[in-house]
Amino acid sequence: MTIATFPPEPKPDQGRSRYFGFCTDAKVIGIQYIVTAFFFFLIGGLLAMVIRGELITPQSDLVDRAVYNGIYTMHGTIMLFLFIFPVLNGLNNLLIPTMIGAPDMAFPRLNAVAFWLVPIFGFLLMASFFVPGGPAYSGWWSYPPVSIQNPLGHLINGQGMWITAVALSGVSSIMGAINFVTTILRMRAPGMTLFRMPVFCWTALAAQSLQLIGLPALTGGAIMLLMDLTFGTSFYRPEGGGDPVLYQHFFWFYSHPAVYVIILPVFGVFSELFPVYSRKPLFGYLYVALASFIIVGLGLIVWVHHMFPSGVAQWMRNLFMVTTMLIAVPTGVKVFAWLGTLWGGKLRLTTPMLFCLGGLFNFVFAGITGIMLATVPVDIHVSNTYFVVGHFHYVIYGAAVMGIFAAIYHWFPKFIGRMPYEGLGKLHFLLTFIGANLNFLPMHPLGLMGMPRRVSSYDPEFTFWNVVASLGAFLLGVSIIPFLLNMLSAWIRGPKATHNPWNAIGLEWLLPSPPPEDNFGEDVPTVISRPYGYGSGQPLVEHQDEIERRLELMEASA
Amino acid sequence: MTTTTLPQPGAPAEHEEHPKHNLTGFIIFLCSESVIFLAFFSGYALLKTSALNWLPEGVEGLEWQTPLVNTIVLVSSSGTIALAEYFKNREKMLLFRGFWLMSMAMGAYFLYGQAVEWSGLRFGFTSGTFGGTFYLLTGFHGLHVATGILLMGLMLIKSFIPGNYQGGEQGVQATSLFWHFVDVIWIILFLLIYVWQ
Ligand SMILES: [Cu+2]
Repeated sequence: MTIATFPPEPKPDQGRSRYFGFCTDAKVIGIQYIVTAFFFFLIGGLLAMVIRGELITPQSDLVDRAVYNGIYTMHGTIMLFLFIFPVLNGLNNLLIPTMIGAPDMAFPRLNAVAFWLVPIFGFLLMASFFVPGGPAYSGWWSYPPVSIQNPLGHLINGQGMWITAVALSGVSSIMGAINFVTTILRMRAPGMTLFRMPVFCWTALAAQSLQLIGLPALTGGAIMLLMDLTFGTSFYRPEGGGDPVLYQHFFWFYSHPAVYVIILPVFGVFSELFPVYSRKPLFGYLYVALASFIIVGLGLIVWVHHMFPSGVAQWMRNLFMVTTMLIAVPTGVKVFAWLGTLWGGKLRLTTPMLFCLGGLFNFVFAGITGIMLATVPVDIHVSNTYFVVGHFHYVIYGAAVMGIFAAIYHWFPKFIGRMPYEGLGKLHFLLTFIGANLNFLPMHPLGLMGMPRRVSSYDPEFTFWNVVASLGAFLLGVSIIPFLLNMLSAWIRGPKATHNPWNAIGLEWLLPSPPPEDNFGEDVPTVISRPYGYGSGQPLVEHQDEIERRLELMEASA
Repeated sequence: MTTTTLPQPGAPAEHEEHPKHNLTGFIIFLCSESVIFLAFFSGYALLKTSALNWLPEGVEGLEWQTPLVNTIVLVSSSGTIALAEYFKNREKMLLFRGFWLMSMAMGAYFLYGQAVEWSGLRFGFTSGTFGGTFYLLTGFHGLHVATGILLMGLMLIKSFIPGNYQGGEQGVQATSLFWHFVDVIWIILFLLIYVWQ
């Protein structure tokens, strides 16, 4: 037998111009997603700096109160819809096809359209800063009745643009989800059964299923909100017989699962990276994979925990308290599996590994405050305080964003073909980890003391913790500098990466770095074992030795 | 070890059947789309059960006989489209086109009936939550009917491309699935709006 064309000759014509146009290659789209997401990350981050700058003193002295409302609304909206979701879809685009041995996504054109919607609704959201009345100011959740006020009476207003942008983001995400699910279900390499699939693909499948089930509910709710705002219907207007709490149901039916859409792929990243950097198989692969779907099932029936103070019936509070706490079980299974993987392993503290460990630490902390928030009496006590803000920033920044950084450092060599610098990476990690904890930990005592969220001035007794939090936030702002420096300089002149610089096991590491346009093309290797065979010496695919020898020859001759 | 061979270039690898994924993707889309309707239905039920004055002043209720006729027409079109698909699979293109066109006409009749009904109603979109949900549900569904008719028109035109419908063409299958979906949604809608008064 022979391997006829693999690995293929590198094509010199893959110019950088492909990154600026309508390209249907998932690897290009993945990078487009990630770069676009970080562009908006900087804008959202800048807004966060303004917020923390305002809160460093008890008086409202930096920005106008009305402007402040717009700023935190846009900060949340940008970070979720224009940073986290796009950056994760970027990772999905890069990793899913290469991990399962597919040449591309199932629907490459749909994929490109889904991406190009992101800058479009991003632009729409940014434009809302410049319309009369300014951007939406009703918080990232846009609860009515605040969100159905249109005091200036303009047809085009910040809130209307916000709703349209969020609906477009939903359309884009649904397109993406259809693509990812179809690709994972239908385009796996020969021999790669579902239970031989890397955990990242399991978590992506779970997260994208949640998008498909949850997002339409939000879209439906948003359509009704837009009609109330624009055409004078009264779905959520109590004076017309409507019910504002109905919107909360629609919103949280999606937006609670949205947390899992964000965190599940990060669980996937943890599950991929811990085995690599501790040289041990993933502990309890089967349970880690299946726990993702238990989280999906439970995640769909917990949304009312956001509405405990909204006048819902007591039986509903009790029920949703229990379901929320049950989620700790599958999540706990995963945490123990990761600890089991690390236990007794030969740990290599590379930048991606440090980000994983830091992210896991923060996640466990967020899990504990999550259980506290699930408890009805505690929740009602701290509802709408900084405790909640602290909790979800630990989840989103502390765990998810750190996991995303881990993924970027880990797979950068694969898709860019160059190595990022370890020194800058470790500096980035240190600043991020310290900054995040310094920023978000003080929010918990503040919340317990009773400081409400979404205020630009506060009682002077809250000053100390607010100053600490602001300093942490500025540290986080600074932490982006070594990251950007690292990415840019490594991209331009970093040392060339071999096909498998971390000595990892997975189909993507059997491709050249960067992979050719159609990945394995026709010569998809046949998978013969489960992933994460670290230390077992067992090959992942047929003819692995030959594939690796060819890759090494190619690298030696380059 | 050496007895197995890797697929040679040009040999049919699993990934080559890209168009085969279209139907999978479309079914996933339909499942997702049904959640929007589910959201509207549950919103309708919630608003209705908790309303103090559900019907706007001067409105007694909805007339249901004519909508029932519409319903029967729409639901039977699910049968005619299935027949059309049956004949397409047997390559009887004339019968396929006939039944296909008939389903389109039945869909168009349904839309016409709905337009007539709308124009005769004494409440508007902003007449409380009753008016809002009524027009939202029927309008959103009507949009799907119109989309279905457009899709069917497209498939009809494509059927005149020689050889186009021999083999892997999934557009007909997807369109007919979409049409059944629109019908099922309407049945639930009819029960919710006209029967449960
Ligand atoms: Cu939640």
